[in-house]
Amino acid sequence: MLSLSVNGESHSVDVPADMPLLWVLRDVIGMTGTKFGCGIAQCGACTVHLDGQPVRSCVLPVGSIGSKAITTIEAIGDTPSGQKIQQAWLDVDVVQCGYCQSGQIMSAAALLKRSPNPSDADIDAAMSGNICRCGTYVRIRAAIKQAATGKLEILQTIVTSPEGAAS
Amino acid sequence: MKPKTGKPQTAEQIDLNRRHAIQSGGLAIAFLWLGGSGIASAAINARKQPGDAAAALADGNPAFAPNAFIRIGIDGTVRLVMPTVEMGQAIYTGSSMLLAEELGVGMDQITVEHSPPSDDLYGMPLLGGQITGGSTSTRGTWQVLREAGAVARTLLVAAAAAQWHVDPSTCTVDRGMVHHTPSGRSVGFGAVASAAGQLPMPDKVQLKDPKDFQLIGKPLRRVDSADKVKGATQFGLDVRVPGMKIAVVKACPTFDGKLASVDDKAARALPGVVDVIRIGDAVAVVGEHFWAAKQGLEALGITWDRGENANLTTQQLRDALAESALNGKSIVAREVGSRPADGKAVESVYQLPMLAHATMEPLNATVFVTSDKCEIWLGTQVPARVLDAAAKITGLSKDKIIVHNQYLGGGFGRRLETDSVEQALALAKQVSYPLKVVWTREEDIRHDRVRPMYHDRISAVLDANGRPAWYGYRTSGGTVLGRWAPMAMGKDGLDSDAVECVVEVPYEIPNLKVEWIRHDMPPGLIVGWWRGVGSTHNLFVVESFMDELAHHAGKDPLEYRRALLQKNPRSLALLNLAAEKIGWGGQPLPARVGRGIALGEPFGSRVCAIVETEVTAQGEIRLRRAVVTLDCGIAVNPSSIEAQIQGGLLFGLSAALYSEITIKDGAIEQGNFNDYRNLRINETPLIEVHRIENNEAPGGLGEVGTAIAAPALANAIFAATGVRLYKLPVDRDLLVQNANALKSVVSATVASQGRDDA
Amino acid sequence: MKRFLIIVAFVLILGSVAYFALNRTDSSDGTAPAIAGAPATADVLARGEYLAKAADCTACHTAPGSGKPFAGGVAFRLPFGTIYSSNITADMQTGIGNWSDSDFVRAVREGVRKDGKRLYPAFPYTSYTQLSRSDVLAIKAYLFSLPKISQPDQPNALGFPFNQRWAMGFWNAAFFKSQRFVADASKSPQWNSGAYLAGALGHCAECHTPRNVGFGLEHGNELAGEVLQGWRAYNITSDTAHGIGAWSDGEIASYLSTGHADGRGSAAGPMGEAVDNSLQYLKPEDTAALVTYLRSVPARGGKDPITIDAKAAPALASSDTAPGGDSADADSAGLKLFESACASCHQWNGQGQETPYASLLGTRGVNDISAANVTQVILHGSRMRLDGHDVFMPAFGRAYSDTEIAALANYVIAHFGNKQGTVTPDTVAQSRKL
Ligand code: FES
Ligand code: FES
Repeated sequence: MLSLSVNGESHSVDVPADMPLLWVLRDVIGMTGTKFGCGIAQCGACTVHLDGQPVRSCVLPVGSIGSKAITTIEAIGDTPSGQKIQQAWLDVDVVQCGYCQSGQIMSAAALLKRSPNPSDADIDAAMSGNICRCGTYVRIRAAIKQAATGKLEILQTIVTSPEGAAS
Repeated sequence: MKPKTGKPQTAEQIDLNRRHAIQSGGLAIAFLWLGGSGIASAAINARKQPGDAAAALADGNPAFAPNAFIRIGIDGTVRLVMPTVEMGQAIYTGSSMLLAEELGVGMDQITVEHSPPSDDLYGMPLLGGQITGGSTSTRGTWQVLREAGAVARTLLVAAAAAQWHVDPSTCTVDRGMVHHTPSGRSVGFGAVASAAGQLPMPDKVQLKDPKDFQLIGKPLRRVDSADKVKGATQFGLDVRVPGMKIAVVKACPTFDGKLASVDDKAARALPGVVDVIRIGDAVAVVGEHFWAAKQGLEALGITWDRGENANLTTQQLRDALAESALNGKSIVAREVGSRPADGKAVESVYQLPMLAHATMEPLNATVFVTSDKCEIWLGTQVPARVLDAAAKITGLSKDKIIVHNQYLGGGFGRRLETDSVEQALALAKQVSYPLKVVWTREEDIRHDRVRPMYHDRISAVLDANGRPAWYGYRTSGGTVLGRWAPMAMGKDGLDSDAVECVVEVPYEIPNLKVEWIRHDMPPGLIVGWWRGVGSTHNLFVVESFMDELAHHAGKDPLEYRRALLQKNPRSLALLNLAAEKIGWGGQPLPARVGRGIALGEPFGSRVCAIVETEVTAQGEIRLRRAVVTLDCGIAVNPSSIEAQIQGGLLFGLSAALYSEITIKDGAIEQGNFNDYRNLRINETPLIEVHRIENNEAPGGLGEVGTAIAAPALANAIFAATGVRLYKLPVDRDLLVQNANALKSVVSATVASQGRDDA
Repeated sequence: MKRFLIIVAFVLILGSVAYFALNRTDSSDGTAPAIAGAPATADVLARGEYLAKAADCTACHTAPGSGKPFAGGVAFRLPFGTIYSSNITADMQTGIGNWSDSDFVRAVREGVRKDGKRLYPAFPYTSYTQLSRSDVLAIKAYLFSLPKISQPDQPNALGFPFNQRWAMGFWNAAFFKSQRFVADASKSPQWNSGAYLAGALGHCAECHTPRNVGFGLEHGNELAGEVLQGWRAYNITSDTAHGIGAWSDGEIASYLSTGHADGRGSAAGPMGEAVDNSLQYLKPEDTAALVTYLRSVPARGGKDPITIDAKAAPALASSDTAPGGDSADADSAGLKLFESACASCHQWNGQGQETPYASLLGTRGVNDISAANVTQVILHGSRMRLDGHDVFMPAFGRAYSDTEIAALANYVIAHFGNKQGTVTPDTVAQSRKL
């Protein structure tokens, strides 16, 4: 029996120590917000926080966690940075299929907590491990900036009427 | 498309038996759009397994509202049932906007639901079945959904007017209320819903004048985001059913190979492993959880009968295709005039690779089969086909089968197939518990139904001014349509998709001949839809070739295209706008930086992309900027249009830069994102999307960005390096400036990367 | 002219005498020191199995993923061509089912096949020659107890003159000495066990000892490190700067038995295979014996010595999740690749996130300016199955260009080793071919 602290609640689970946290969360505890995308730490869909640090739960043996606090997408909204990120995600309307977004938001929330005003390079360093097949990257960048500055990163959509078109 | 059975399905039958419940429960409008029976279907909240009649009743809803699209409860709740599936394209939002616009409710007042399987009720007019694909969602539903909204509004107004004894035409509707201004009376939809439900259908309804649109045309937020940012949205892989076990599966790596034998002793001994089950070409280990099943799978000793394709290689496929392209029998798709005898002839051969989908959510299906019932939970683009497949495999009649559609973690055409659910059904019917069958990412890529490879010969004869007087196109490749919807094949067996965007080009070219050569792949190597098959492939060839022609004519690619677009003002406007926005012809660009134009009219839209890229001395590509101009007619939701174009463009750029499925020893070599690579955020340039507004009918969007990406990139690379790319993905070896560039130490630092961040 | 012929004849005679003199076989059975995992009292099959593991027969004779243990067919790309390992199952037609005990012993210890033809020293008879006859026969008994697999040997792809097996006699004359293990009475029993495990069974020298131009082991430079098939087998002498002299006993033992020692690095490539197939199965006493022996290997600097900066400034200036202190700017190609595909496991500070195996700081790999092993592991990945679970890194060779891998390797050397790497796209292209 292992005892895990997930989103402030303690869970006792009877699983092998080398089982990745991802499957403990999804299949044993039943929290499916954390996603499976690749299983080899290449896509970031499974990102959770361990004592506030983003980790890939698909390759994290549950036996190595000990008493560290696990935070998942289900509860990241309770942290200030998570709340800001989720709001910015809605404001900028980032999501498409949404499958990668749990992981994107977890990575972004960790970034914002660490660097309240991230540069483009900071965003790249924190977010490049998260793949989005739908291609929401442009808006992810905008949403992180909006969450950081509070300044409206307005949608880019630019309408040009036929009269206004260049000849 | 499989022929429709014409037999009522589960939900509909219940509906007929309990019609009274609807009438006391509120209003719901039956609406015919395919000449179907128009009877009802059940649907419930997305989180609670749509299509489940019992759950719907428990939820306090009539399980069988007699309307495919709109259900209004006596408490005023408005539920919209989505005919298409949501896989990221924001169609739930777009469809809601169409319905809500005419119904007269705000977006905040509605909830959306997945539709249950029914070709009759939810079939797409443009596709002839309940299918989400081909960028048809908005195009196909634009009229119908607005009419459905208008019918509901008309009935609600009529009911209120009757109650007040006033002329319906003196009433107005706003945010779910009917108002009668002269008498100062108002009533909520809920209060008149039941009465409205008793009224006969109106003969005709008045749709809003576009200038009065309150929702359509506004950049609105998506209706499905709130749950998605909290991890609360249920995708197929997230389904949990009581008593469910999880299977991880491995199918024979070769095409058409079979399972010979399995030694499962070690696997069965592992803790958490429940069972090992076999079907003809695959074996699955069932576990209490994914991990146990996966460990079990790895502990199996499997012997495959690798079949006749055991030694197949990509090169063999390429050679056979090239041979077909040269000597195969062609079908003429279109011919106008004839090839002029004189003029400068230009000819090129282009080749495109097989591609995987790699949807972010790997394929999966949860299936529970008992002797008299079958339930399936999955995200699919073709719910009605899933129902057909389930009936066939389980031997149950369709009224005993329930398909609970889920949100899709990406579709891109992969979920237009039923292979994975057929496999899950065959496995699940061997066990007594609900079984969730999960494909690992490796399984997902190695058993993809790939976008076909192509070998195309394109030629032109230029007149004295360098304008094409004739162009000829011979494309050869596998046919997706021929398998997937054989009856949709055209005259002489033409695959119309295979010649999309080449039978008609935006340019003024007086004579042309377009031919298609069907080249079937070896048995078992099944090709499938992708994010644009015909258009994505053909636009790469045609637009690369247009650049070649400009070069041959000694003209700037922009000027060259302009001259050929004089009779096509809509596309010309797009080209001009894109050129203006990127600053074409302005400041000179640094060395090895180039811009490439591509223009096309795919999926009923018109689009122009200009990509700016740097190519390093070693041949590495650095995307700097992209501008896309779009004319998609009436825009339903500009925000999601922008998102679709950006996402589609990145999908296309990612494929052009990195993607290729290759085969060795009869099996796909790639397996995960380390070898089937995807573009990442730090390679992503800023993508501007500019739209030209007009009131033309809406065009498609989901695949438009993808289709235009590769040619714009390839043309930019040509502008930067002078190297024409005749093959995808980009072969960086061809772009090396000189051999010395590869001999020097690659510094950890490069001088300029050049991403323009906003 | 005549005089010249006389000289030629004389040289030939002298050569033949030398040839036969130097190819003389040690006719003794030999005696092995005590091996904890294979006590003399144990059942011969159990002993054979343990010894076969300790000698890592499977590494060369089982094609990975084939499910055909000991059926051969593994390719060895050497500078002069490719050779394939043979089927050593007891199959009569395609294996060694009809080999007598003496046939087997001669092949293992002298490098001569049943048909009298000479083996190439890719098969380490040069080390196995030290084995006792009883140990060799225990291994044979074990192999013969396994399922026979019918799989014909694949012909080698060697050009002239390397395809002339008889010529190996000259090579043997120059570089091979048939000689049984002789215990050194002046050393502890544990040392002697270690010497036998390392020298006769584990054949460490085959990879770790530098080779001369004739591909012979450089005596006097034992275990000072060499590059083989693109992988660098590190200096494992007791040199404190360049070897493992500064490692604690526990670190060496941990590296041998688990493929990892904190702050020292993780095994990958051929060493990963050795841990996977062989070393992890050694009893702790035998591992300890190996440690004792390795400790006694005289310190040598070796070729291209690696200087480790265990406190590389850029890595120390980084956090778990963000880079810092890089001379490389944020737009560096290598940094961009690292942040995309590497950082989520290795972390910017090189600590290794989900598994200690991913830690980089202080390892020889990231301090080797040629980045031989960094390049190889990026290209081919790494996988060890240890005690029922996998330790792995995906292979990136298929989807990433030579230039990208060079940039990434140089970035890794700069960031975690604080040095300028020397990788060029061309050297990566070379590594790919190996
Ligand atoms: S599932 Fe963990 S990184 Fe992809
Ligand atoms: S939103 Fe679909 S994968 Fe990112």
